[in-house]
Amino acid sequence: MKLLDRNGFRTDDFSRAGADGAARLDAVIVPFADLPSTAARAGKRLGVDIPNTVTVEQLAPHFEKLALIGIAFPASTDGRGFSLGRRLRRAGFKGLLRASGPLIPDQFPYALACGFDEIELPDASAARQPESQWLQALGAITLPYQRGYARPSSIFEQRRQARKEAAHG
Amino acid sequence: MATPLKRTPLPAILIANDLRIGDVVFWSQSGWTRDPAAALVAHDQPAADALDAAATAGMARQEVVDAYLIDVDVREGVPVPRHFRERFKTLGPSVHPELGKQAQFAAYARAAAE
Amino acid sequence: MYRYDEFDERFVRERVAQFRDQVNRRLSGALTEEEFRPLRLQNGLYLQLHAYMLRIAIPYGVLSSQQLCQLAVIADKYDRGYGHFTTRTNLQFNWPKLKDAPDILDLLADVQMHCIQTSGNDIRNVTADQFAGVAGDEIEDPRPVAELIRQWSSLHPEFSFLPRKFKIAVIASQADRAVMKSHDVGIRIVRNKAGESGYEIFAGGGLGRTPMVGKRVREFLPKGQLLAYLEALLRVYNLEGRRDNKFKARIKILVHEIGIDAFRDRVEAEFARADAFSDDENAELARISAQFEVRNYEKLSARSETFEAARKSDPAFAEWVAHSLFAHKVDGYAAVTISLKPVGGVPGDMTSDQMRFFADLTDRFSLGELRVTHAQNLVLPNVKQDDLHALWRELGKAGLATPNVGLVTDIISCPGLDYCALATARSIPIAQAISNRFADKARQDEIGPLQIKISGCINACGHHHVGHIGILGLEKRGQESYQITLGGDPTENMAIGELLGPGLAAGDVPAAIERIVGVYLDKRADGETFIETVKRLGVSEFKAAFLAGAQNEAA
Repeated sequence: MKLLDRNGFRTDDFSRAGADGAARLDAVIVPFADLPSTAARAGKRLGVDIPNTVTVEQLAPHFEKLALIGIAFPASTDGRGFSLGRRLRRAGFKGLLRASGPLIPDQFPYALACGFDEIELPDASAARQPESQWLQALGAITLPYQRGYARPSSIFEQRRQARKEAAHG
Repeated sequence: MATPLKRTPLPAILIANDLRIGDVVFWSQSGWTRDPAAALVAHDQPAADALDAAATAGMARQEVVDAYLIDVDVREGVPVPRHFRERFKTLGPSVHPELGKQAQFAAYARAAAE
Repeated sequence: MYRYDEFDERFVRERVAQFRDQVNRRLSGALTEEEFRPLRLQNGLYLQLHAYMLRIAIPYGVLSSQQLCQLAVIADKYDRGYGHFTTRTNLQFNWPKLKDAPDILDLLADVQMHCIQTSGNDIRNVTADQFAGVAGDEIEDPRPVAELIRQWSSLHPEFSFLPRKFKIAVIASQADRAVMKSHDVGIRIVRNKAGESGYEIFAGGGLGRTPMVGKRVREFLPKGQLLAYLEALLRVYNLEGRRDNKFKARIKILVHEIGIDAFRDRVEAEFARADAFSDDENAELARISAQFEVRNYEKLSARSETFEAARKSDPAFAEWVAHSLFAHKVDGYAAVTISLKPVGGVPGDMTSDQMRFFADLTDRFSLGELRVTHAQNLVLPNVKQDDLHALWRELGKAGLATPNVGLVTDIISCPGLDYCALATARSIPIAQAISNRFADKARQDEIGPLQIKISGCINACGHHHVGHIGILGLEKRGQESYQITLGGDPTENMAIGELLGPGLAAGDVPAAIERIVGVYLDKRADGETFIETVKRLGVSEFKAAFLAGAQNEAA
């Protein structure tokens, strides 16, 4: 698996629980089933892997102790994770949001807009699609239409600004 | 590998679409051809396996897409698909006889029409 | 009509560059076909039987003469000199090459057009009433709302990988000319008791394998809240729509399985948490609306003496007029439907020569604007009645004056197995055979309004479920086979047709239609149309005639 954020490929600070010696590491990801029984520990960061069918209501009680939520994308065509990520952000989750699965570069800006910070890619996807293609995809559409997503600006927002300035000018 | 797909009845040919152009192409003695009459006919399973391998290789090399085997009748030496869908695919739109392979390969079109 | 501002312009140009890059990555092998397929579909590029097919968006069916000319240029340079208008009011080219697709997109961008989301599991081209803006019965023009949705839905970060395609239609009158209730979401602009305009929302309509009439999910949504509401509704669908079975993935199945009340509750709960951009949405809608206003209508009298005189003296013109005109809200004008259904022709096809010729007529006679209808015809929305006779004479020169709009030969047909990789049987030759069988114009007039709709597979692009007579092409034991349904209705009284019996061989279809029409001619009351007789009598007598003949043929 390869980890990618808006600056490119990077090393993963987190390890999956059960991996060799993971319990001693500073940042551990546990399966969703183990979450209720896993306590937050001082100085350690806790993450959870979830399928895209988990609800915000199931996760919200754990927000405080979670530094990372990793949402599975079983296929690049399964877009449930985009809506789930957005719901988690709107419900107030402030930690890292990770999309885990075979996404493609063209989906990278969508993932960031829906509130994700990083993508965990299968090695085969990363081997075919180098870092440059992922970073380039971020700049493909410089100004999208929709307002309210995690992006610097939008066409609707720019037009609103222009109207405001015209009204005051 | 996953379980093999249902085997195509024989004799069979390999049909695909050219990736860059979209044209229907066939595997022949000398690689991909646009002429359905030149398609290499597999009469036994080893020959059909060779066509399967050509399909996989052609897709891996970004030459073709949607490559698969179809069963044919050999009419006067010309392989004609048994199923009407594949027959249309080797001919062109029936409502535009001036377009597609039916216009380009008259001998094949005659064999397929019989 | 709507013209791009600098933002729209930049967006579409960047979209072209993005697709060019995607094509290059596919050709280099960086993208597998499996990864590339959804990307090319989101840009309207299919791989069909004989070639790629490019579906060009015609948002809510509105085209300028300049845009039509550009389509002719593309048809000649990159295709085979013709295009095909579809039931979603788009235009398809049947022979483009993958390597040329980005260049075609550049040519489209030059005239403010694109192929964004004409396919794929995303929000598709939004459709509207073909008489929007000129119909006297509308509350307001539905096109600005459709344009707002077009922009909002373009490359949506959350809704580009839905369980399945998502179609929206917008109308603004009680009469439904856009089959609104067959859409995933149907929007009708209405007024509440206080006289304010807002939106009545329907959800869960659809054709395909499981046809459903859309159900009302919101009686009145105030202006300014539409995008927030749609976002809530799409989020519920994106998360809860089925993904285990392609044929159960449309929103209609979700609505059906959990019930409209439970669906409404979930949407309302999500909507309650939505961001409100109300004032801004209204301001944006006002900006768009201003561009649809036609300011150069002439002051004319309601009655045109020139038109009346021509109608009296020229019976062929009068015959065409009887089927082709729609009342215009402005005195002295008419909206004219132009049939793309010449007897024996391919429904919805137009050659590049016809496109150029028609673009010229659009400039001369209709303020430079035309419309595409879901019935695969064209509309000139702004013709002076004084000009109708001259227009008709010109149309005749290009074979575009067939006087059959709404009649038995005005058939909707999908491309079927002559082009489409998904088709199970051919559609066009069936349409041609029926058209030739009923070619006699006096008989067509005797039969009156009758809508035949043909699909070449269960996906129902040819709207067969809502045809007065519907025809569905399937494969049966290695042969093309055609099922006939009766009593479908695409209007505000939307109804799904009922199956008459076992499938027929292609050659037997025209005779079966004859028998069905025969029952109507025999049993109709005075002044009753075909569909009215079917609704009064029920299908049983028609079924009996259909089956009796089918058995004779089998024997």
